[in-house]
Amino acid sequence: MTDATTANVPASAPTHPASSLLVQTSLMKKRNAAEARFRAYGVAAICVSLSVLAIMLWTIFSDGVSAFKQATFSFPVALDAETLDPRGNRDRAEMMRVTTIGYTKILNAQLIAYLAERGISTEGVDDKEIAAFISRDTPARLRDMVLENPDLLGQTIRFEGFATGRIDGYIKGRVTRETAERDTNISVAQLDLADRMMAEGILISKFNWSFLTAPDASDQRPEAAGLGVALIGSAYMMILVVIMVLPLGVAASIYLEEFAPKNRWTDLIEVNISNLAAVPSIVYGILGLAIFINFAKFPQSSPLVGALVLTLMTLPTIIIATRAAIRAVPPSIRDAALGVGASKMQTVFHHVLPLAAPGILTGTILGLASALGETAPLLLIGMVAFVANYPSGPLDGGMLDPATALPVQVYSWASRSDPAFIERSAGAIIVLLAFLVVMNIVAIVLRRRFERRW
Amino acid sequence: MSILLLIVVLGVLAIAGFVLGRGRALASVGGNTRKLHSLPTYYAWHGAIMAFLPAMAVLTLWLIAQPMVIERQLSGFFPAEQFENDSQRILLMADVRRVAEGLDVAVSAGALSEAQADNINADDGSVRERLAGVGVALGAEVTPQVLEASQAYRQLAATGGLWRGVIVLIVALAGLAYALRITNGDFRARNRVESVVLGILILASTIAILTTVGIVLSMLSETIRFSTMYPFWDFVFGLTWQPNFQGNSELGLLPLLWGTLYISLVAMIVAVPTGLFTAIYLAEYASPRVRSIVKPLIEVIAGIPTVVFGLFALVTVGPFLRDWIAEPTGLGSSGSSVMTAGLVIGVLNIPFISSLADDIINAVPQSLRDGSYGLGATQSETVRQVILPAALPGIVGAILLAASRAIGETMIVTMGAGAAAKLDLNPFEAMTTITVKIVSQLTGDTEFNSPETLVAFALGMSLFVITLCLNIFALWIVRKYREQYE
Repeated sequence: MTDATTANVPASAPTHPASSLLVQTSLMKKRNAAEARFRAYGVAAICVSLSVLAIMLWTIFSDGVSAFKQATFSFPVALDAETLDPRGNRDRAEMMRVTTIGYTKILNAQLIAYLAERGISTEGVDDKEIAAFISRDTPARLRDMVLENPDLLGQTIRFEGFATGRIDGYIKGRVTRETAERDTNISVAQLDLADRMMAEGILISKFNWSFLTAPDASDQRPEAAGLGVALIGSAYMMILVVIMVLPLGVAASIYLEEFAPKNRWTDLIEVNISNLAAVPSIVYGILGLAIFINFAKFPQSSPLVGALVLTLMTLPTIIIATRAAIRAVPPSIRDAALGVGASKMQTVFHHVLPLAAPGILTGTILGLASALGETAPLLLIGMVAFVANYPSGPLDGGMLDPATALPVQVYSWASRSDPAFIERSAGAIIVLLAFLVVMNIVAIVLRRRFERRW
Repeated sequence: MSILLLIVVLGVLAIAGFVLGRGRALASVGGNTRKLHSLPTYYAWHGAIMAFLPAMAVLTLWLIAQPMVIERQLSGFFPAEQFENDSQRILLMADVRRVAEGLDVAVSAGALSEAQADNINADDGSVRERLAGVGVALGAEVTPQVLEASQAYRQLAATGGLWRGVIVLIVALAGLAYALRITNGDFRARNRVESVVLGILILASTIAILTTVGIVLSMLSETIRFSTMYPFWDFVFGLTWQPNFQGNSELGLLPLLWGTLYISLVAMIVAVPTGLFTAIYLAEYASPRVRSIVKPLIEVIAGIPTVVFGLFALVTVGPFLRDWIAEPTGLGSSGSSVMTAGLVIGVLNIPFISSLADDIINAVPQSLRDGSYGLGATQSETVRQVILPAALPGIVGAILLAASRAIGETMIVTMGAGAAAKLDLNPFEAMTTITVKIVSQLTGDTEFNSPETLVAFALGMSLFVITLCLNIFALWIVRKYREQYE
């Protein structure tokens, strides 16, 4: 119908052909161009944010994936009983007297001997430089292995140990011949030797489990640094945060949503909660430092203090999410329960709460995910300290032992000078993001499966 | 009796109260539950609550009070003037506690007998070695006063622990007995239990208030201490920031405030247009399909921890800006700069602005759009001349909230902005912010009695005040706007 009328327009109004809907005036062209531009700005804005996201994730993944691989030596080591257990009585206390230096000497000598045996030329590299191939962490691991199992003495075992960070970097492409020329820690000849060792299978690149299990290591041994303590610390904190934040958050939300009278006190609480949700996280760190450490004298760097701070920090977000979930339960449910004689308390705990549970759980998981990635407040309560010992088990007071957390480990590795630590830092981010992705997927699945639309 | 054991015993008593309360209620009506006022579980819970809660409250109070009482008792061991001074007293008490713990460890390791620990003498100078022998390292040799005080401390703590156990158990048993005595068929157990539960709920909801009070008090008290050591107005209006742990520091807030605001400005210049256009496109133009894909993707940005953005700034953005823009134009040679941190914070804030603005644009009634289209406006004209003006207050609120987040952001600036405090206009220079300085003054070994450390609390206070004002203002605007169309 419209087609017919528009077709007739020129005929009925011949004096104004320019005002036809079919012919664009210059003003209309301008307006349409503005329209197209406006739309393009929107598309451009989305593209910018998404491409920055993609670039960020890509750089971090490409930097970090290599942290899971590690250049490893694999060669037979004859454990000389004479030097490692001079008295020959296999007594642990006696064997402890042989320090890692003793093991270092054995490893160095055996590596050089093995290279000679396999006929690998070591020209241009002296014995000291060959010894420098082996990570300082490796003899300590060999020592632990022998102390654990003294029967190994006198045997020849196929031992796998880490190469130093520079050799590792060479295999991963971080160290090149050009940078080696300027580097006092590595020479081009050593890299050539590393090539030959790789060809012979003495030096291999393996999946590095110890990145996930080992504790942090000092500045000189990036190859040995791992996430073990940080993972335990984060796990302890998350457990404690759930234990504290879920009851507190649910109780506070139930009161505010179902029982609180409308008065100034409740208003004050509500304004408070929405403001607390927007307070910078570092302020919570200051609070934790002043109250839990300086005043209550809890031990520094302990997961307990970290969990308390994170609990206070996530509480507002959890309360907001929980209240939304409780509000989504229709009043008819409450009326029905009250109608058959339930008390107000029974209505809430027997009917409203179970129906709101999926929403509460989703909100809690998302709150935990943000707590897991939080760094700034943990820096202030001392979790950035170098911790080389695992905390004890959760029932032996491990919550009070010093520990670090995943995001803090990312930060402390990123602030070290050796570029090998940047790779570790990015690797730690991959682990952190993996946990966050899992938590978010669980939250989404919960929401999809159990969320009811009333 | 150790605290953990005590709590376990209380738990057992509570279970006993649960079982006995229920049994007694049922027995009082001869097993006919219809004659009870409440359901049998309420009598059971009443028994458990009465056995557990009062005893637990007493235990908590005791744990808070005991150290204070002991500290007062120990004042006799030290000259009065040492005990008057706050920081000296804290140090002394810490010494006493460490020595006492050392003696405890020594006794439990068998290095000392109980009698030896009580009679060990500081004069022979062997305390330090003996404690070192069981793995307790003391900084200096123990003075006789501290040793005597710590022996007294051990005794007081031991008697305190004994009395604590006895009293808590008596309270628990008394509670249990009381609960059982008043339990009969007419007792309104449900009302009692429900009012206790309501009390717990109210208590939980005041945690938010307590947190705010804690934040304000902890920062205020340290800020006041700071102002006794360093002239407060020099802090507020000082133009140089030069902490010096030997003394003579210049702790001026203005360079830090300038860095903070400059970085936030850059961040907002990135985030506001991008976030707004994203929101407009998603709300007005995108098909439901595109929206359902793009919106969650944008929100992924908000879910990524800030330390990840920090590493991105440090490793990628900083060197890129330095090599491609700053050095060729001769503006700077530093990877960490206002630009680096500002850009990255801007990206972090995009999803924040876009999702808030999206909600606000969606809240604008459809009738306004229809009216505008009816007058012949194009879609973009409708957005610019009808929707945005209508949504403006809400959008301003969203922008202010985002600004407050940019000001309080810590990890990105710590890793990407640098540590040099200066008043400069060049965005490719490294500058620093309030949050960076809070972190750097409070990490590592710190003593809480020098102005260089305490200034961090004053900085935290300023940060808290600035962001709180922004938040309150923004929330007020958003709330006011929300009611406009309802």
